[in-house]
This record gives sequence, C-alpha cells and structure tokens, in this order.
Amino acid sequence: MAAPKKGRRSPSQGNPGRTLVLILIAIAALTGGMFASGHTKPRLGIDLAGGTSITLEAKNQPGKKGEVRKEDLDTAVGIIERRVNGLGVSEAEVQTQGDEHIVVNIPKGTNSKQAQEQVGTTAQLFFRPVLTRAPATGPEQQPPNPKPSPSESGSQKPEKPEKGDSAEGDKNDKPADKATEGSSDAPSASPTTQGRVLPEALKADPTPTPEASTKPGDGVRKPTPEPTKPGGEAEAADLQKRFEKLDCTTAKSRSAIASKPVSSKEPMLACGEDGEKQWQKFILGPVAMKGTEVDGAKALINQQNGEWQVSMDFTGKGRDQFADITGQLAQKQSPQNEFAILLDGEVASHPYVTKSITQGSAEISGSMDQQEAKDLANILSFGALPLTFEVQSVDTVDAALGGEQLRAGLLAGAIGLALVIIYLVVYYRGLSLIAIASLLASAALTYTIMSLLGPAIGFALNLPAVCGAIVAIGITADSFIVFFERIRDEIREGRTLRPAVERGWPRARRTILVSDFVSFLAAAVLFIVTVGKVQGFAFTLGLTTLLDVVVVFFFTKPLMTIMARKKFFANGHPWSGLDPKRLGAKPPLRRTRRRPSGPADTKEA
Amino acid sequence: MSKLGNLGARLYRGEVGYDFVGKRMIWYGLSILITITAILGLTVRGLNMGIEFEGGAVFTTPKTSVSTEDARHSAEKASGHDAIVQKLGSGAVRIQISDVDPTKSTQIKEELAKDLKISENKISAELVGPSWGEQVAQKAWTGLWVFMVLVVIYLAIAFEWRMAIAALIALIHDITITVGIYALVGFEVTPGTVIGLLTILGYSLYDTVVVFDSLKESSKDILKQNRWTYSEIANRSINGTLVRSINTTVVALLPVAGLLFIGGGAMGAGMLNDISLSLFVGLAAGAYSSIFIATPLVADLKERQPEMKALRKRVLAKRAAAAAKGESLETGRDEPSDGDDDGEPVATAGGASAAAVVGPRNQPVSRGRGRGRPSGKRR
Repeated sequence: MAAPKKGRRSPSQGNPGRTLVLILIAIAALTGGMFASGHTKPRLGIDLAGGTSITLEAKNQPGKKGEVRKEDLDTAVGIIERRVNGLGVSEAEVQTQGDEHIVVNIPKGTNSKQAQEQVGTTAQLFFRPVLTRAPATGPEQQPPNPKPSPSESGSQKPEKPEKGDSAEGDKNDKPADKATEGSSDAPSASPTTQGRVLPEALKADPTPTPEASTKPGDGVRKPTPEPTKPGGEAEAADLQKRFEKLDCTTAKSRSAIASKPVSSKEPMLACGEDGEKQWQKFILGPVAMKGTEVDGAKALINQQNGEWQVSMDFTGKGRDQFADITGQLAQKQSPQNEFAILLDGEVASHPYVTKSITQGSAEISGSMDQQEAKDLANILSFGALPLTFEVQSVDTVDAALGGEQLRAGLLAGAIGLALVIIYLVVYYRGLSLIAIASLLASAALTYTIMSLLGPAIGFALNLPAVCGAIVAIGITADSFIVFFERIRDEIREGRTLRPAVERGWPRARRTILVSDFVSFLAAAVLFIVTVGKVQGFAFTLGLTTLLDVVVVFFFTKPLMTIMARKKFFANGHPWSGLDPKRLGAKPPLRRTRRRPSGPADTKEA
Repeated sequence: MSKLGNLGARLYRGEVGYDFVGKRMIWYGLSILITITAILGLTVRGLNMGIEFEGGAVFTTPKTSVSTEDARHSAEKASGHDAIVQKLGSGAVRIQISDVDPTKSTQIKEELAKDLKISENKISAELVGPSWGEQVAQKAWTGLWVFMVLVVIYLAIAFEWRMAIAALIALIHDITITVGIYALVGFEVTPGTVIGLLTILGYSLYDTVVVFDSLKESSKDILKQNRWTYSEIANRSINGTLVRSINTTVVALLPVAGLLFIGGGAMGAGMLNDISLSLFVGLAAGAYSSIFIATPLVADLKERQPEMKALRKRVLAKRAAAAAKGESLETGRDEPSDGDDDGEPVATAGGASAAAVVGPRNQPVSRGRGRGRPSGKRR
C-alpha cells in the first residue's frame, strides 16, 4: 500500500478551491458594497445610539367632549407602533406619557421628518373603486428575468428593491402565487404583457387594464370628474406600465408607493393585503368617498352566521355618495366590483359589492376574526387613530444606556472571543486555524449584512441583539467542533486524514443541519408570530443561523478539504491537532508511523 | 493536550466514561430540587417587571450639566429600581423609573432635586405607560407555544416521539430554572431578559438535538446485537459526544461569562447584566439538561418498549451465561470506569455489526470489511 492513493473524490466534494474563492468573492463584494453605500456601521438602536424623541399631544375629536380615554390612547400607541415599526427590526419605541401624551422614540439615522409625518398625522382614509389588482410580485423573483430593454431602463423607479431585501422577503409577504380570484398565474403569454420586465405572476386580467382606467368614471358622482383628461390614453398606459413594475413584496417599496402624493381625482397605484395575508397590488380609480363621510363603525357578530363583521354609518352626504358608488360597482365583474378602503395610501380592505347600498349604513363581512374586524372598524371610525394628535415637541435623545454599556459589552465580547480562540488553539492546535478563519468569515458576513440591512429595511441593532450576536459565536463554533470531533473520531478508527475528512463530513453535516433547523424554526416562528422587539430578535437569530450554515458548508468544509492535503495536517504533525498518536488512534498506525516520502498529492493532477 | 486527546479517544471507545444513565436518579432529584426552588422563588417573590412592561414614572429636569451617570446613580439610589436615563438635545435629562406610584414619585423628586442640585419644582414628573405593550408580550407567548408544538412535531419526525418529549421536558426545565433565578436574585425583567430567554430556547434545544443525533446513530442496529442494553448504548453515546458538549459549552459560555463578569460586573447593574445573567444561567442549564436530563429520559422511555425489554433480558442472560462459564466477561457495564471492557473479543454474529457502530473496535482494523481498502497505513 505504498502507492499513494488518489483521494476518492466523492461527487459531493466538488471543487473546494472554487467554493472557497466564490465565498471570498462574496464576502469581498458585500464589503465593497458596504463601503460603496457608505453605511459602514450597523445602525444602532435607541438604547445604544440615541435618536429622536417625538412627544404627541392628543386632541379630542371635534364634536366629542370629555377626557381623552385611556383605551383610545392605548389603541393609538398600538397603531403608531405598527406604523413606525414596519418590520419590527427598527427598534422604535412607543409609550404613553401622562394622560394625554404619547412619546415615540426613533433611533438615529431614521428620517425623523418622515417619522414625524408617520406618527403625527391622523391617517387619511378614502374609498376608491378597484380597477384592477394582481398578486404582488417582486422583480427579482424570476430567475430567468429578462433584462429590461433600454427603452425602459430609463424609467427605472426608485422602488427597485436593493440588494438585501430579499432577506426579508420571507415574512408572509411572499408573492401571492395564487390570485384569489382564480385568475391564472402563468400569464407571461398574456397579450398585454410582452413578457418583458413583467414578473411572471402578473395575472392576465380578464379586462385589459389600460382601458379599464379610462372607463370607470362614468356615473361617479360629480366631485369626481372623468378620471382621464384628454391625453388619458398615454396616462393610462403609463399607469399600467408603472403598475406592472410595482412591487408590493417589500416594505420599502410599499411605503414608497403609499407615501406618494396623489390627487384625489386621479387613478392611483396601491398595495394591500388580501384575506390570506398575501400582498396584492391595485390600480384604483379616483376617490369616490372620503373617510370623513363615515360617521362611525363598529365590529359586531352577525347573528345569522356567527361571523365577525363591521357595520358603518354614513353622514347624509356620505350616504348618497356611497349609494352611488355601490350601485355602479354592483354591476361590474370582479375585481371591478370591489371598492378599496384606502388608509394612508395602503389598501386596508377591499370588499366587493353585491348590490346598491342606500340606507346610510353598510356591513362589510368576510372571513375576519375579532381583531381584524375591530381594527377595520377602528380605521373606519377614526381614520386609524382614535384621536387626533399634535406634535408637541421633537427632541434628540442620547443613548439610554450610554456608550459605556456598549463599550463594556464589546470589550467583554472581545475578551470572550479571545478566550474562545485561546481555548480552541490549546485544544485543537493547528485545526484552530481553520476554526478561527471560519469565525472571521462568519463575523465579516454578519457585520456587512447587518450594515447593509440598516438602510435597506431599517434594521437596527440594540444591546440585546449585540449580546445575541456574541452568543451566536458559540453556536457557530459548535458547528466546527462537531465537524472536528467527527474527523478525530474517524482518525481514531485508524483512517488517514483525507478519508477521515470525507467520511466525517456527511455525518457532521447531518448533525449541523438538524440542529440548525431547530434554531431556524424558532427564529421563523417568532418572526411570523410576534411584533416589536421580539421580532427584531428573531430576525437576528435567523440571520446568524443561516450564516452559520453558509459558512460551514462553503467555507469550513472546503478549507478543511484543502488543508487535509497539506503535509502538516495529513502527516499528523504534533501541532496539527490531528496527530493520530495524540488522539489515541488504533494500533495499526503504530507499525507504520514512517514519514511518507513526499507530499501526497497536493496538486490535483 | 495529549492527555485530553487520549481521554477523548478513550471516551469515544467507551473505555472510560461516567455512568450518566445509571446514576440518573441523582440528577433527576437535583433538577427537581432546583426546579422546585425556582417555582417557589417565582410564587413567593415573583418577578420584578421593568418599566418597559409595567410603566412607571418619568422625571424631566431642566437644562443641566449633570452627567447621565450621576443622574442614573442618584435615581437608582432614590427609588431602588433600575432607571433609564437619557440626555435630551436641549440639555435636559429624562429619567424613567419603573414601579413608582404617585406618592413615591414626590419623594423621589425631592431626592433627585437634592442630589442633582436642581430646584424641585423645575423637575416635572409624569406617569408613563409600558413601551412593551401587552400585545408584544402576548404575541411572544403565542410564538413560544407555536414553536414548542412545531418543534415537538419536527423532532418526532426527525427522531422519534420519545426524544421529542424528552427534549421538551429539558427545555421547560431550562426555562423554569432561568426564570426562577431571576425571581430569586430580584433582577428586573427587561426586554433584554426576555430576549435572553428566547435565545436560550433555541440553544437548549440545539444542544439536546446534537446529543440525540449521536444517540440515534449509535442505536441504529441495537436490536441486531445482544451485548448492550439501550441504556448502556445511550450512556456510551453521551460519553462519546462529551468532548463536543464540553467544548461547545465552554465556547458558548466564555463570551457570556465575559459579558457577565467583566461587562456587567464593572458596570454594576444594567442591561448587560440582565441579558448576560439570563444567558449564562440558561446556557449552563441547557448544556446540563441535554446530558443529564434529556438523554436519560429517552433511555427511560425506550426501556419500556417490549423489544427493548426483550433485549435487556437477552443481554443479561448472555452475561449470566458468560459469567457462569467462568469467563471474566464484564458484568457491570454499568460501571465501565474501570476501563477494561474491550479486552474480550466477543464475536457474536450480531456483535460485529453493532460494534462497528458503538462497541469497542476490538478487532484489528484491517478487518474493516466493506471499507474498500486497508486503512491506517501509509498513504
């Protein structure tokens, strides 16, 4: 057996060198992107970096007398929290102060002006007819996405998602792959869409939409003139084009479209969730009725079928308008028999109309649970916020925890990391080089991705998240330890290093995947179910778990494979951490502990 | 480290080892004791909820040159609670203190005024509501339940229901202990604490799953042999992964210990302490429970299976027969620490296949059939 065996290259092994190069390129690209974007530090939460504190004072609704009710204040806190904390990763805090104030703290680096608008304004509520809707799609969803043709690349809108927001696409806003109205979702063949930049899932609406937006005005009441001015053809086409480009799958593009100022006489684009919590995109006709015409709304249980529904009452003017609009819509085909309840530019609900509603009150029913019904009633009654607020003061606040806490945390983390490294070196010797390199790769990836997520989705790190990242060191290191121990066990069985690596890997891989899956499951569940800070935490946990898998698979394993060919490791140098004698390998090795005549096969022939 | 390496090897081959499963009752007892203490602490002392959950009072001073550190210090002295202190852009200081009722707030105001040398009527005091609304807490609970159900289902599929149950018990054990320690120490529960707890949740299971994975592997062909009972194999597999468990725990605990003793200790109370304490206790409990609680529990549950009972009978019968023959076969593999248990080449039909997985490899390696070539020689 003197002839050196060519290592059996299992097909799974691929080309370790190439994999390594690829991931290093990826890390370099991310780092480059980070410097290019100018966001070289992760955004820090209020507790670490301070931010802006906005104090809102509640004003009673005109026509209502009495105190500001505590429940209303609490409801408002919930709603404002949802507004400023879109994804739960931005670490904003909302709390009541005294009997009629709400304090909103927003971390540094948020656009505080925009935030003030978000929290301070009572929501705008409008009713608009739906002209067309389609499942939300993200342009990046289609792998064979054709490049936009030059004619269009000029009109790229800023809504184009940035790198990195695919990371947050796995909430429940996956593109709806089933349109609710039974429209097909394989429509690149549809005549209106030449399959150019069009996302696949854009449904072929039974009625070609460009025309749709030219006809709905007839008969809408007088405050809304014909939606299309002369030259409407072009505008409609333009609207249609923008509709096709619209991506409702990311929070960023949603808020961009929602905050776009639109005249109430024009058709507009909007995003909204349907009953199945899938994002949809809409083209909406001109405003048919303002939210102020709703006199009140409440959630109640339908006595006949036991379902939750919302009943609204209208003012006199509202009643006429509503009768009008419902009369028109009831005769149309889906989805044009729907009217959208538009809150702050986002579609809160889009019930369809079956008949003209003339008696000054209406019910909205559908599969709602109690909370949804209450929310909708709230929205309808108060234009979202149960109270009107005035911004009383805007103030910068410094870090609640003071820099010394972060410094202490980072110092402690650094000391802890140093201890970990010392421990690994003592125990694993040469192997620890691989572990340390992997830890560094993992740290670089985590840091760059977190920095880039700041501007992309408003991700902010608070102290708990920093601590979580420090704990993640342990979880990441665990994967290496599992792998190394496996290899050592194989060597104890009497194998030489390369077969030991190749045999040890599949078993270590399984362990790593099973246990990481559990961590990821925890992160995913918490992210979907919870709100606020817990959601932010879940996001961090999920991210670090995914990166752990990526690093082990694409960095540690190939590096180990390459290192296994090096004489230093392969011959079990006492300092390599793989010395069979030290590991107490089985006796057969003892007979032939002769140095091999040369390097085994460092070069792949 | 050669000693350690050798120890690892001997652990791996089962030459040495601690009888985790055999002595499980001691550890169960210990755990039950700690858990009862924790529950007592919870019921008697209760948890000290921070301002984020319960609201409290906020004091705003006029423009002042007082440093936030001093302000925090005097606020904590005056109230006996953690305080959140922020300097506002205007130079004013905002101090939030949890669990303050109106009568107490006047007193705190006086003390603050005295300490910070600001006239008392310039400090405004107001009650603040929780910034972690009930909704957040409620949804966190929901998330916890959903996760537990899912993870039990997943583990039942990936391993088997007995392991899923054992993992769940270990998880509940870890969380109870951590929460109990909080109640006993009287630290305030902040969002940091909750997040620490949730981290533990993932980690505790993670650790258990790694041990279970090796257990599953070693008990694959258990019924094809009659040398060891399930409990013994479980014990071997704990010992086999012991090095990994210890290393992982050390590596996970070192940074946290750094946070706790260096970060927290140097800073006194604070967010760091909250988080790192819950992490430290939880990680330690998680590592302990995956070895001392979860795996012995699985062994307990498995031993009730009829086929495992039959196996136990076979094994004992075989040992009895061997002993009767006067062979110096190991009798009490439950006490393997004397470490002479792979001296005997017992070549039963099934023995070899099982040994390839778990047993001591007591044939020369070259007998490794099916491995394609003699290994362990020169490359």
